[in-house]
Amino acid sequence: MKLTGAQILMRALKEEGVDTIFGYPGGAVLDIYDELARTEMRHILVRHEQGAVHAADGYARAAGKIGVCLVTSGPGATNTVTGIASAYMDSIPIVIITGQVPTKLIGNDAFQEVDIVGITRPCTKHNYLVKNIEDLAKTIKEAFYIAGSGRPGPVLIDIPKDIVNELAEYISPKKVRLRSYNPTYNPNIKQLNKVVKLLKKAKKPVIFAGGGIILSKAHEELTEFARKTLIPVTASLMGLGGFPASDPLWLGMVGMHGTYRSNMAIGECDLLIAVGVRFDDRVAGRTDTFASNAEIVHIDIDPTSIQKNISVSVPVVGDCKITLNHLNNLIKNEDFGDISQKRKKWFDKINEWMNTMPLSYTQTDIIKPQYVVDKLYELTKGKAIITTEVGQNQMWAAQYYHFDEPNHFITSGGLGCMGFGLPAAIGAQVACPNKIVVDIAGDGSIQMNSQELATAVQYNLPINIVILNNQYLGMVRQWQELFYDKRYSSTGMEHAPDFVKLAEAYGAVGLRASKPEDVERVLSEGLSSKKTVIMEFVVEREESVYPMVPAGASITEMLLV
Amino acid sequence: MTIEKHVLSILVDNKPGVLSRIVGLFSGRGYNIESLAVAETMDPLVSRITLVTKADAPVIEQIEKQLNKLINVIKVNDFTGAEYVQREMVLIKVTAKSEHRAEILRMVDIFRCKVVDVGIEHYIIETTGDQSKIDAILKLLKPIGIKEIVKTGIIALLRDQYTKK
Repeated sequence: MKLTGAQILMRALKEEGVDTIFGYPGGAVLDIYDELARTEMRHILVRHEQGAVHAADGYARAAGKIGVCLVTSGPGATNTVTGIASAYMDSIPIVIITGQVPTKLIGNDAFQEVDIVGITRPCTKHNYLVKNIEDLAKTIKEAFYIAGSGRPGPVLIDIPKDIVNELAEYISPKKVRLRSYNPTYNPNIKQLNKVVKLLKKAKKPVIFAGGGIILSKAHEELTEFARKTLIPVTASLMGLGGFPASDPLWLGMVGMHGTYRSNMAIGECDLLIAVGVRFDDRVAGRTDTFASNAEIVHIDIDPTSIQKNISVSVPVVGDCKITLNHLNNLIKNEDFGDISQKRKKWFDKINEWMNTMPLSYTQTDIIKPQYVVDKLYELTKGKAIITTEVGQNQMWAAQYYHFDEPNHFITSGGLGCMGFGLPAAIGAQVACPNKIVVDIAGDGSIQMNSQELATAVQYNLPINIVILNNQYLGMVRQWQELFYDKRYSSTGMEHAPDFVKLAEAYGAVGLRASKPEDVERVLSEGLSSKKTVIMEFVVEREESVYPMVPAGASITEMLLV
Repeated sequence: MTIEKHVLSILVDNKPGVLSRIVGLFSGRGYNIESLAVAETMDPLVSRITLVTKADAPVIEQIEKQLNKLINVIKVNDFTGAEYVQREMVLIKVTAKSEHRAEILRMVDIFRCKVVDVGIEHYIIETTGDQSKIDAILKLLKPIGIKEIVKTGIIALLRDQYTKK
């Protein structure tokens, strides 16, 4: 039986196990939406296409599967670009389906025509323009395979309007085989033997975990490896939750706003085992002094990540989970001697760093933003899924909320995309209806996608939006304070909506705390509400995030409180 | 770190937009392209791109890895250090007033080029060769007056599959 393009699309999505789509209709996708309404597919109608992509991103991270969004041609498509770029930088598997003008109009500057395949070429893992109905089913299959395999990433499929209406038999391959795309999952064992040798020799080793641990679901393997070898663990922003923060081996985050002990430990270690990381400049700082006393082992599935920013002694191309599994097997029968005795001096040093400079703040009669995150952690017992916006709110969330499990911290790490947290929280709550989901936001970034409050309310999503309101674009202000002689150029945000009224206007619950003694009450009330809630905290205006490594400095050269 | 010239031979899917992915990768990441030649291979589903770039060792490593990461790239071969044949074709429109005609034709003869078009005041000369031959003939023709040239970009092929480093 012949199916229309729209029917083929819906069937192919179903075969990929898709049950939820985040999207926004329009002219070029009318027929797809018409077909969608006849299926079981759940559609979440966002209020801006950027929100659809961030929501699919949040969904993908919370659920550990591929997120899907559907938008129309032209502006619908261009509005997805920021979301796609964010997902690309963080290697999040999503499939974006965009409508396109009919094939015969392509290139004619037709109404709502844009070359979205051209625009997104550098920010997708791959993209397609489907020009023949016969290719549609196969293309969707390929797109999902590419998005989810190897180093994951966003894949875009552009479907012209006429293709959606044409008829064809549904023919889709059972398995995708691409001669030009074969990710390396299995590591070279010779390289792993070198790692074992280094492990035996090392006196001051550190493990540095990244987003790759979470993407490959390698948290258990990593934990086993660290505990067996008794090596302290630090992580990038993307790696938080990849190793339990309650474990005594946990050092905290590394990098520009990493903990003092993490950064010092990287500076002084003699062996750095980096797993699923890419040595982003916000982590590495000045590259020639980064872990300069260490032999560096770098495990990553993407060969381009290796030797890109930091030159390493033992490169290992492979999937984090498979590789750590191999390593765990290799070391099972190795004799490391009395390892706790051997590490004693190293742990003493680390403890000394921790005691000299722990993460800290002093709560005065004005609410400290860190205090809010602290209390939030306490009240949710560390079990909430936390999404963030970008800036100070993101860093305080990373520093003061401690993650024991993967897929619980959802943030725009690489692109640093303000406006990410609210739609990502929507996606996460859709994926995990029984979890507490909290978007830790700033007053600046929440305004970038606050229209998605309507989406949250429409679908009865009880997400919690915690706004740390300092009436500044806080992180930029902080840089201006520290590096631009306090010239606060365009960072004051005194004119914001009344967030309580804003929440109420959307049909959500609005709460506000202006004094420290109100913090706990507002949080408890908000968290226990079954509705979408905004909790606004009027915080210390000029609080800064510390420690801080100035851009381009060594990570051991931190500005401290 | 020394910057060296590399001849990359890249086999890619013969599909629309693939060249744009390659060129976009180079411009987006700040790599340079000295020359570029593209055409279908014996297999109509595959095209060969011969690309000449200049880079130091870590950058050329990244270039090759980044190329390999593109979904449509089948194989990247860096010919540097291997034995390969390299050719480029140039069409040269040279001013050919009567007093210079004989001299130009002598050069055409010596360099085994061909005159492919004759005008009242010009010749178009077709020449094929490696970089040094082309540089030499251009240098000799320049004083006579070169009006315009067009180059195909370098194409190259390994002499023997097994001689590669």
